[in-house]
Amino acid sequence: MKKIIDFYMDGFNNLPDWARSIWFIVLLKLFIFFFIFKIFFFQNKLKKDFATDSERADHVIEQITKP
Amino acid sequence: MLESFDLSLVNWSRAQFALTAMYHWIFVPLTLGLGFILAFMETRYVQTGDPEWKRITKFWMKLFGINFAIGVATGIILEFEFGTNWSNYSWFVGDIFGAPLAIEGIMAFFLESTFIAVMFFGWNKVSKRAHLISTWLVAVGANLSAVWILVANAWMQNPRGMKFNPDTARNEMVNFWDVILSPTAVTKFLHTTTSGFVLAAVFVVGISAWFLLKRREILFAKRSMVVASTFGIISSIMLIATGDSSAREMAEIQPMKFAAMEALYDGQTNAPLIAIGLIGDTQQDPMDSTAREDFKIKIEIPNALSYMAFLKADAFVPGIKDLVLGNEKHGIMSYKEKIKRGYVAQQTLIQYKKAKKENSADLSMLRAKFEDQEWLDNNFAYFGYGSYFDPDPTILEENAFKMVPPISLSFYSFHIMVILGGHFLLLFIVVLWLLFKNKLANNKIILWTALWTIPFAYIASEAGWVVAEVGRQPWVVQDLMTTAMAVSQIDTMSVMITFWLFAFTFTALLIAEIKIMTKQIKTGPTKQGGKQ
Repeated sequence: MKKIIDFYMDGFNNLPDWARSIWFIVLLKLFIFFFIFKIFFFQNKLKKDFATDSERADHVIEQITKP
Repeated sequence: MLESFDLSLVNWSRAQFALTAMYHWIFVPLTLGLGFILAFMETRYVQTGDPEWKRITKFWMKLFGINFAIGVATGIILEFEFGTNWSNYSWFVGDIFGAPLAIEGIMAFFLESTFIAVMFFGWNKVSKRAHLISTWLVAVGANLSAVWILVANAWMQNPRGMKFNPDTARNEMVNFWDVILSPTAVTKFLHTTTSGFVLAAVFVVGISAWFLLKRREILFAKRSMVVASTFGIISSIMLIATGDSSAREMAEIQPMKFAAMEALYDGQTNAPLIAIGLIGDTQQDPMDSTAREDFKIKIEIPNALSYMAFLKADAFVPGIKDLVLGNEKHGIMSYKEKIKRGYVAQQTLIQYKKAKKENSADLSMLRAKFEDQEWLDNNFAYFGYGSYFDPDPTILEENAFKMVPPISLSFYSFHIMVILGGHFLLLFIVVLWLLFKNKLANNKIILWTALWTIPFAYIASEAGWVVAEVGRQPWVVQDLMTTAMAVSQIDTMSVMITFWLFAFTFTALLIAEIKIMTKQIKTGPTKQGGKQ
């Protein structure tokens, strides 16, 4: 286990400059995706609006058979 | 019935999904193909022990890393959109894709985080052979992680291996192998991944051409080009073969898409394939029964469309109007009839829901219909068409024509994809031939062409998705669920806001990728023993 941790630590400690920029972009991107987009803009509509699967099913049936 | 859908919401939701999927697809194909190119290069290093091959591998590995890191998780946005913007769709298909997509996430994470780490960090820490195995596993793993999402897409184009449960309003998987090994899934996976291989080969050939134009790194550039153009030729041949089987399969499963991508209004035997064409201005949207084929210019290959679709030069290829209006002679059911049958299926589902609520005596009779294969084949199979029902026969026919996908967009996307695919194959052959003759380094026309072909590889790749996704409109799930049925009833403004947020975020990511990559390309491969 220690060998594996050392392997990763050594790799990250010796990152070239371009890779550091890339890691910064990756972390920023993941933060934007999961902590801004997901929380503020992308809640699961059916989970949010209905308490049970039966209610969700009724809603979907209503939607896909709209008169 | 169509009036009940908010078309502005549907169109913004489509635009948002298209934007996200197309941006995601800018990053993915290079990862799919460059992984294998790297693996071949490193294999040469292990075979020969020549440090130049190691240097070559490390340079392309760096570009692979940049592209992979910028692109990683851009696909997760699509999953967010499923739950928020396409909740009816997600619910309707949830039991088919929940598990496979979860497997994909876990598999991709473990394969890639483990072996990519060895690939980048392990040069001096693991044996040459172990490093090579890791590189190959990254290439294979990246392609395997595309399996499930492509199977999901294929299922939407050709739903099978499932059964609709009227109690839960969900499709439940009854045969895993029918889902994963459907001809559509196999063809889609092979065609999509090989298109990524071709794009990556164009990328490597183009950038190597730039080094030759700059008279830098001659050996590096030539060796890279040999690997990439050989890989490109093999991949292009596979791409043509899988494209051919895809077309044949489409002619059977999605004949409207097939007719739209050739702008074939009236069906015919010995149908010619339009090699190059310019559609006229008189196209109506939506069209009606008076519509006629109209080309300003066209160059045709006699009988080729019939042969491509059914492997017979004299086969009948149905046109758009045959499919909408029906063609008794060729056993084609009209859209009007399909709409009526779909309406019956939808009404049965409404009645079932009502009977269940009231615990009525009809409940078991209605439930039995959803178990009766004949009723399912004759009515439920057209469930989505029911949304276009109208009791007035004139409006019904107008609605039937509204189901025709955008013809110009389908036609041009298909032809751009095919023509560019031919150009790439020709380029690989010419580059390899000139390399063999040792005349490439001085041929500026070919070198500039190779460099400027890079953006065209991306255009061809995106055009392929436009054919696949625009050509199948109005369906999200072929014949069962239209795009309008699939969309969540949320505020259109919120979809517009997220559209622009994504446009900004993804554009920023793309600019970052291009800037970092061009800087690294200009820097070139490191000197022997240098830091990667």
